[in-house]
Amino acid sequence: MSAELNATSASVAGAAGAAANRTGATAGGTASTLQPILGSPISRFFSDGWVTTWRNLMKIIRVPEILLFTMIQPIMFVLLFTYVFGAAIEIPGDGYESFLMAGIFAQTVVFGSTYSGSAMAQDLKDGIIDRFRTLPMSGAAVLVGRTNGDLAINALSMVVMMATGFLVGWRVNSSPLEFFAGVALLLLFAYAFSWVMAFLGMAVKSPEVINNASFLILFPLTFISNAFVPTEELPTPLRIFSEWNPVSALVQSARELFGNVPPGAIVGDAWTAQNPFATVLIGVAVMLLVFVPLSIRKFATLSR
Amino acid sequence: MAFIEARDLVKTYTPKGAPVVRALDGLDLDVAQGTVTALLGPNGAGKTTTVKVLTTLIQPDSGTATIDDVDVLRDPDRVRRMIGASGQYAAVDENLTGFENLMMVGKLYHLGAKVAKQRARELIEMFDLVDAANRPVKGFSGGMRRRIDLAGALVINPPVLFLDEPTTGLDPRSRLALWDIIESLVSGGTTVLLTTQYLEEADRLADAISVIDNGRVIAKGTADELKASVGGQRVAVTLVSERDAVPLRDIMSRFGAGAPVEGGGGRTWVVPVDNGPVALSAIVGAAAEQNIALHDAGMRRPTLDDVFLQLTGHAAEQADETEGEAA
Ligand SMILES: Nc1ncnc2c1ncn2[C@@H]1O[C@H](COP(=O)(O)OP(=O)(O)OP(=O)(O)O)[C@@H](O)[C@H]1O
Ligand SMILES: [Mg+2]
Repeated sequence: MSAELNATSASVAGAAGAAANRTGATAGGTASTLQPILGSPISRFFSDGWVTTWRNLMKIIRVPEILLFTMIQPIMFVLLFTYVFGAAIEIPGDGYESFLMAGIFAQTVVFGSTYSGSAMAQDLKDGIIDRFRTLPMSGAAVLVGRTNGDLAINALSMVVMMATGFLVGWRVNSSPLEFFAGVALLLLFAYAFSWVMAFLGMAVKSPEVINNASFLILFPLTFISNAFVPTEELPTPLRIFSEWNPVSALVQSARELFGNVPPGAIVGDAWTAQNPFATVLIGVAVMLLVFVPLSIRKFATLSR
Repeated sequence: MAFIEARDLVKTYTPKGAPVVRALDGLDLDVAQGTVTALLGPNGAGKTTTVKVLTTLIQPDSGTATIDDVDVLRDPDRVRRMIGASGQYAAVDENLTGFENLMMVGKLYHLGAKVAKQRARELIEMFDLVDAANRPVKGFSGGMRRRIDLAGALVINPPVLFLDEPTTGLDPRSRLALWDIIESLVSGGTTVLLTTQYLEEADRLADAISVIDNGRVIAKGTADELKASVGGQRVAVTLVSERDAVPLRDIMSRFGAGAPVEGGGGRTWVVPVDNGPVALSAIVGAAAEQNIALHDAGMRRPTLDDVFLQLTGHAAEQADETEGEAA
């Protein structure tokens, strides 16, 4: 068979034979199947997880709009809140900029995690999940790759927000160790939340619906919290909601770790308000323990 | 045991507020090793559902399926190691280049980076995509996407290949090229199950054809056997205007040996006949008497189209109706 490669159909078939020959064919042009390099299941899981993470990172690189908008929104929030509300909201100590930043961080990373939901729904719609599911790869790895993608975006937007915050006067009043612990806690919470969203994306199957629904749920969740205002003066039902709100616990933890708690701040009576770190860690554990297995099971039966 | 074997597959869907759809209703299938079997059937017949069950994408409600004695339902991972699949709609990552898409598939088959890269290059050449290989798929035409997707199915040179309407959306040259690729793979021992709407494709490629309708196999055999099963000669008449269809059908059923069926485009009608020349002149004569203008009239041997129309003609209308209701 000729291995000439021009555009005629005959030579395309020739190329098929030639390709088979190069990839280890036996005599007579009989093509033989390419064999996998059989590693342990663990090494295959990590390899698949890396390939799908790479795919999601490539998307961030190839569709710069995603990055642009995920960056612009927090910058806009920092500026809006600082200059619009900053004048009106009286915070003792370092002022509103310092109080605000942990709230903006928490809100941004939680919103950043919703991307896993719409992206899973979109991948399902595009059929790429059908492709993955016919391959001898780990299904869990697809989800790991997806949530890693969110983690990368969230880490980037943290950097951008911190730089912006610094410019408007935010200062960290704690040790470097505490500072990094604060950043890690925010990203960890968001990472766990990505698994919740990935599951919802697969269950709802429509990227548009998941986008709108997450706005409806996350706006109240992030605004009826201590993220942007001290909660003492909220009407009682809202104050109680805010004290039990896990986002409040996340914000409170970050504030403590960054040394941004205003002097004389009043802490609510709710257990979650009294124990913000434990609340965040329990929240993370519950989200992961419930939604990692649930998502993996859902993925295993998913088809366009 | 056949190489690919499905027994009594049943798959139902219950769309919200609509009656239960029996996508597969007791489907049986046997595919011999190293052959091409075509699934032929009207829209909604259950072709894609069959392919999805066999490629481990969905679980049937009941029934069994094996590929090379491996249980598809119980041991999907082993099946995935020996199949290549290309679904009805191209499944490619829009943001990766054609080359990167194929590399990714190779890596996910765990071929190792070096082999995956080399194989991606070969496939890009094989599918005539060299110029487009390094652009993101987003900018590809439908046919180019399709070819990347098909190439994805060939990455490990799998012993078993599932292709759901592989040439839909391809231009004639790419279609011929794909046929050549499939033929060359089969001569190398690959087993292929494909679905198609093009009877010419089944005629050319398939060693065996299963005609399916309403989730069930209603006829099977080689193309020649199927043609022989619908019997004798036919007369085909093409009208100048669709408006004359009703009187023409009356004439054709008067002189034909069966019911006339529409042969495409609304203007061509085909009827089986006992004596070709006599029936042809009688039909043409009667049409002339009634001033029906004919574009073309002639005798022919049965084609796969005739088989398809005869077997599913009525059922195809039913399927269309139920689809309309569901929509
Ligand atoms: N996810 C689903 N939900 C509800 N009904 C479905 C679903 N998938 C398939 N069906 C129904 O099952 C039947 C068989 O569908 P299938 O896709 O297998 O047909 P097909 O032969 O591939 O048709 P086509 O030629 O149009 O591709 C159809 O009536 C279809 O409406
Ligand atoms: Mg189909």
